[in-house]
Amino acid sequence: MRNLIKNVKGFLIKIGNIIKTFFWNVRRIINNFKRKISNFLDKHKINPAGKFPGWAKALLYLSPALIVLAVFTFWPIINSFALVVYENYNMTNNTITGYTIFGNFLRVLTDESFIVPASHTASSAVINTLIIVFISVPISIFIALGVSVALNSIKPLKGFFQTIYFLPYVTNTIAIGLVFAYMFRTDGGLVNQFIGLFGVDTAGLSWVESNAVYWRSMFVLIFYSIWSALAFKIMVFLTSIQGIDKQYYQAAAIDATPKGRIFSKITVPLISPMIFYITVTSVIGAFKIYNAIVALFGVQGAPPGVNYNLQSIVMYIYQFIDGSKEGQLSVAAAGSLILFAIILVLTIVQMQVSKKRVHY
Amino acid sequence: MELRLENLTKVFTNKTGQETRAVDNLDITIESGTLVALLGPSGCGKSTTLFMIAGLVKPTSGKIFFGEDDVTKLAPEKRGIGLVFQNYALYPHMTVFKNILFPLENMDVPRDEAFQRVKEMANLVGIGELLDRKPSQLSGGQQQRVAIARALVKKPRVLLLDEPLSNLDARLRLQMREEIKRIQRETGITTIFVTHDQEEAMSISDKMVVLDFGKEQQYDAPQDMYNQPDNLFVARFLGNPPINAFEAEVKNKKLIINNKPFMNVNVPDGLYDVGMRPENFRVHEKGFETEIKDIFHIGRDTMIHFEFNGKNVRALVDSDSMTDNQKTVLLTIKPERVYIFDKETGKVVNHA
Repeated sequence: MRNLIKNVKGFLIKIGNIIKTFFWNVRRIINNFKRKISNFLDKHKINPAGKFPGWAKALLYLSPALIVLAVFTFWPIINSFALVVYENYNMTNNTITGYTIFGNFLRVLTDESFIVPASHTASSAVINTLIIVFISVPISIFIALGVSVALNSIKPLKGFFQTIYFLPYVTNTIAIGLVFAYMFRTDGGLVNQFIGLFGVDTAGLSWVESNAVYWRSMFVLIFYSIWSALAFKIMVFLTSIQGIDKQYYQAAAIDATPKGRIFSKITVPLISPMIFYITVTSVIGAFKIYNAIVALFGVQGAPPGVNYNLQSIVMYIYQFIDGSKEGQLSVAAAGSLILFAIILVLTIVQMQVSKKRVHY
Repeated sequence: MELRLENLTKVFTNKTGQETRAVDNLDITIESGTLVALLGPSGCGKSTTLFMIAGLVKPTSGKIFFGEDDVTKLAPEKRGIGLVFQNYALYPHMTVFKNILFPLENMDVPRDEAFQRVKEMANLVGIGELLDRKPSQLSGGQQQRVAIARALVKKPRVLLLDEPLSNLDARLRLQMREEIKRIQRETGITTIFVTHDQEEAMSISDKMVVLDFGKEQQYDAPQDMYNQPDNLFVARFLGNPPINAFEAEVKNKKLIINNKPFMNVNVPDGLYDVGMRPENFRVHEKGFETEIKDIFHIGRDTMIHFEFNGKNVRALVDSDSMTDNQKTVLLTIKPERVYIFDKETGKVVNHA
């Protein structure tokens, strides 16, 4: 038996050596070829670097990504600026009735489902999105900070817990949304069963189904978006907390610093660049919220039979492309540019605020 | 504040269950107001000892006393120590002022008094004008001063310095050495300081502890330790150029070198390790004749290489006592500067 293992081992080593020798020889051949080229160039006094400067080489290497970006990102952006000045653009036969500068913007801004809702019981896309952004982002950042500090101080099963908290990140959003919708069902839903334990009458207490009050379905939506955004934030915070020099904590321990002060005066300032990065990206991400709403409430963006709508800005834009008001690309372009402007302004504000608070 | 270590031991166990005695039965009393250096090669347990005194590492056994208080089980923050880390651990996002203020913010100190103390301490360490800067805008020496100020501002009972000079360049190191000594004198605080540099330890400390593999080798004033090393390790560790160590036999109370009697020694016959410091040799007409292998003139002194019992030996003698093209030299050495060590234990043997 031992002999057999020995033979197998020897055989594997032999195969490994053959493979390594093969790659070694391949490299030799390539190097030889390169040497021949450079000898040839030297002989004929050709200096390719002189004619072909470094930045051109860099551009050549970047070109595959640049081409894809140009076709699928830059061109649509430029195009949306063009689209927004067309009046009554018809996508199918590519005709317009004229040009307008503000017409499409006015159409979006005065739309009852965009900014100003039709009545005090209804809601609008901007209001919905702002509620989601300004509630879910701060809460999820605070929770993520707390969880990552806790995960960092945990000793046994460290890797196990870190994996568990990262799992939602690799899980499908739609699938999780469906699970959430199931959990929040009126009859026999996990949540209703749970609060029923405390003596609350859950009959007809609906969250995501018909008769759900605006704030109840909004709560589910925010809960869901906090939860699904948590994993990535925790991972980023945890990595940056692990990168902090242990000596700061030892120094703080010797100075009898309370736990809360260690967190607020040492941990948070030292990872503040990461907190800033996460804040900016998650505000942008939350403004673009779309699939969470679809997962919970379907493409209508509302529980069935209610008089309000949980539509986000992106959903509002999308209905002009491929939805109830299909084909009105100019209006969609105007909506996108408004969303772009909102995100731009908010990001600039965040950058200004961060200048004082972020320590690099 | 007198500091006492009683049988202090730290055993690290790795994953395979292998035990390393980083600190082994350390029994030291550090008198109040002295500056003591923990000296040893890397991995000898000197930093572990310091961290055990600080409370950041728990000892496996043994006790630590600050005066009469047993602090062995006490958390670091309750011990009243100031610790200066090897790379200072200054909070990068705080100004110098905030850094020094930080320990006071956790204590029950009135605001005005706290500010006053920060300013006093900054002036003491000589960074009074730099209070608004961030640590990244300071030089290494200035950062070092801030770290010392931060450690001292809460008036600790003991100041601990972990290799405080290792991150500084050579010239700054000399300057900070004197600074640390001055600050220690002015505050009169009991200070322990870890280093692997014997020259640094000798120039700065009142007493030093030499450690090897976690064991105390000798605890003495620097010059006494240099002149009367307890064992071969200490003799070898101190001094630059290092001590010459070679084997020699004692026959009929005579030390035999190169098959000739070198001097009379009062020890039993046998084989010994012998140590002689290069600078203790003198050229004298009644000296021991030896053949020169090599000769280097280095200004004031001349370094001679020769062989004692097959081992290369160096002597540092006055340049005036040597002539050019000398093939042999007559050397003497004071009997008390010849160290004879037991071959088995390495301990010094009294031969007077």
